[in-house]
This record gives sequence, C-alpha cells and structure tokens, in this order.
Amino acid sequence: MKHKTAVVALHTVSGEVIPLFVVWENGVKYQIDKVLRKERAASLKSGGFGIRYTIRIQGQMRYLYYENPGWFIETLG
Amino acid sequence: MERTILHCDLNNFYASVEIGKDPSLRALPLAVAGNQELRHGIILAKNQLAKQAGVKTGQTLWEAKQLCADLVLVPPDFKEYQRYSRMVKEIFSDYSDQIEDFGIDESWLDVSGSCSLFGDGMRIAQTIQTRIYREIGLTSSIGISFNKIFAKLGSDYRKPMGLTWITHDNYRDIVWPLPVEDLLYVGRSTAHKLKLMGIETIGDLAQTEYGRLVKSLGKWGGYLWQFANGEDHSEVAKQTYIAPIQSIGNGITAPRDLYDLEDVRLIAYVLCESIVHRLREANLAARCISVQLRNIKLVSIQRQITVPVAITTVSHMMRVVMDLCARSYDFKTALRSITIQATQLISRHAAQQLSLFDAQEDESEEALDVVMEQIRRRFGTFSIRRCSMKQDLALTDFDPYSDHTIHPVNFFR
Repeated sequence: MKHKTAVVALHTVSGEVIPLFVVWENGVKYQIDKVLRKERAASLKSGGFGIRYTIRIQGQMRYLYYENPGWFIETLG
Repeated sequence: MERTILHCDLNNFYASVEIGKDPSLRALPLAVAGNQELRHGIILAKNQLAKQAGVKTGQTLWEAKQLCADLVLVPPDFKEYQRYSRMVKEIFSDYSDQIEDFGIDESWLDVSGSCSLFGDGMRIAQTIQTRIYREIGLTSSIGISFNKIFAKLGSDYRKPMGLTWITHDNYRDIVWPLPVEDLLYVGRSTAHKLKLMGIETIGDLAQTEYGRLVKSLGKWGGYLWQFANGEDHSEVAKQTYIAPIQSIGNGITAPRDLYDLEDVRLIAYVLCESIVHRLREANLAARCISVQLRNIKLVSIQRQITVPVAITTVSHMMRVVMDLCARSYDFKTALRSITIQATQLISRHAAQQLSLFDAQEDESEEALDVVMEQIRRRFGTFSIRRCSMKQDLALTDFDPYSDHTIHPVNFFR
C-alpha cells in the first residue's frame, strides 16, 4: 500500500519542485542527502503515478513520488 | 503523401486504473461495476483474469458472479479515470497535435508530421506504448496504418499490449479474414443485411461489387466498400476541435418499479432539472424532447415531439415530458427506467427572442430555476428541492448532474 509522507520541498521560480526533507510520522525532519534522478513514473508496487525522485536519505536509497498534491515513499526494487 | 495514423486503445481501462491505484488487485479477477442496491449494477469493465472466466462488459452482477464466483467488484471512480486519461493524452501531445478521442480510453493520432523527428509509425507507437506503461502504469494496444479504419482494426488485433502495423502489403492477410461486424460503422443491423447478401468477412465486403453495395445499403454501402479496401480518407481531428453538442439528456434506472404517472413525474423532475441546468450552462435551448421508457420486461419505447417554442425552463420541459408519457404509455406493465433527451438545440439567446407570448411566464420560471441552481451550487444539490419530490425520497434521491456516469464506448455496441 501507499506510504504517504509529508515533505518539505522547494518550488522554484521556473516551476521545478525539489524535495529537501522527508518529515516522518514522529515529526522528525530527515534531510535528503541527494536527489540522484527525476523522471515520470508509475509505481507498480504502491500504486499511483507521478514524478519519481530517486533520493539518498540517511545513506539509504529510496523512491520519492510526487503525485500532485501529495507525496509517497517507496523502497527500491 | 501517405499518412501514418495510430490508434491507441488502453486495455481494460477502468479495471486497469483500479489496479493502478491498488496493485494488490492485480492477481484477482476484478470488475468495475455500478451499484447493485440501486438496481443499476452492471459490469463496466473487467481485467484479464475476469475476462478469461467469461465475464463481459454489460453483464448484470449476478450473471458475472455465476461465471466467476471469486469476482472482486469495485465501484467506479470517474475522477481518477479522467485523470489517467488526461495524462495519457499529454503523452500523445508530444507526438502530434492531431489527436481525436474515441471515448475515454481510445484515440487516433496522426503522426505523419512527426516521423522525421521520432522514426516511423511503429517506432513512435513503441515509444508511446512504453511511456504509457512506464509513466502511468497502463498497458495499451496500438494499431498503425495509413488510414483510421485500419489503424483501429490494428489496435483491436492483439490485446493486451499489442503493436500491429497494417500495410498495403499485409491488409488482405490481417483485415480481410475478420468478421464484417468488426469494421467500424457496421452495427448489428448492417451486419445482418450484409450476411443476407452472403457477406461474412471484411474481405467478402471488399470484393463485393461496389454498385451492388450502394444499391443495397445506399451511400453507406459505398463508404463501407472504401473502408474495407483501405480507402478511408477521413482526417484525424485537430486537438482543439470541439464538436457542437447534438443533444443533452439524462436517464436512470429507478430503484423501484414505476406504476403510474405520478411516479414518473417525480423522477422526471430530477432529470429535467439536470438537463435544463446543463442547457443553461451550454447556452442552449431545445426544440425537441425525446423520452425513452423501458418496462420491467425490458421492452423499450421511444417517443419524441418538436415544440414551436424552444424550451428553456424546467416547468416547460416537464409539461412536454409528462404529456408525451401520458399519451404514449398505459402502465399496464410497470416501468423500470426512463431517459429524457433534449435535441434540436438552438442558441438560448435566439430562443428568448422568439417567445413573445409566453415571455412573462417563462421569465419567472427561469428566475426560479436560476435561483435553485445558485442555492445548489453554494449549499449542495440536496439543500433545496420541490416539495413534491419529498413524497417519495427513495425515487428522487439522486443527482444526475454531479454523478455523470460515463459508460465505455464498447458498452453500446
């Protein structure tokens, strides 16, 4: 099922959306180390589709999907 | 210059979207269906597993359950279907500005101008098919050809995830063996007429003498001959073309049987309020009303009448509808469903200019309709209604304007 999550993101002047922090259920903000990739993709695992960011957070790789207006997170593979 | 036309068909669309929302449904036989309690429960779409069990679009729920006891049913989610459909069309728009929709899940694309940029028709079709799967999660079948008719036959050829290129060299092998009813614009009665002429396949049709077809079927006989021989020259409409509205209607299968005119009046009021609202939004008035009544034995009749003064208000439409019903039906058998259609649409402004004698009555009726619509827009559809409707809330408790059920095009074949 979908793991919806709160995200702090920068919306740039040119309309790009750059995720900066993932805010976990306990309220803790985890900074995203790096955004490695950005592409349009569907999630065959969680369901839904949007812009998929491949991110490194706390040293771990994750998929972070932006399905306007919300976000959800997924493990790779 | 020969054209390159694609026809893209999203496989098992509603069911596929539901699986897209919830991937755990993929391994189960699944169907999207309407509400059984309110008696409009039919199969709107099914996935591959359900299809293999024999479930078909248009079947009633109990029919489907008999064929497939484990069938999982989900209610339709039209907002999501429209969202998925819109996103697929965004992908199309990267390859063409000539995109003609054929329902929510099928479109033609004319990619002739894009071939120099993106490769030949097959290449573009492959790219689109892959992108739809990767970016949106849906499978599709795409037909490629030099005309719309063959392109559509191409997409029907292999489902799911098909790519079929119909060329001048292979159409006799791929298209001609197909049954004649597979050809676009050949419906049940035309297929029947053709079979009586000994024409069973599209190939038979193509090889029948042109004159003989025109003699038996008129103009359309000639068109069908052209289609069967790959000579369809119809253009794929440009994206910005909006076809003029031909009719506005609403209908419903009632939650209980309708025994008399009073029962019909209550339902008709709800339907007319929606139709008049939509007419006003489209800036139109109607010169003709058609009513279709279906009884509990599922026998339908349709009656229509053209009025001298175009209809712009609920009360006027109701008078016409009730008069038609009273004159057309004796209620010896109870009714099950009713559909009202407003046709012969003219501009609202023109209609208002012409009605000299009824002007005063219409003005206050119109004011009433407008106020009701405004209150509903602010406080919800059921915040206000005519007192008479409360006589039987079970019958009148529906909202055709907001519910806007879209049946897949195939449902009507």
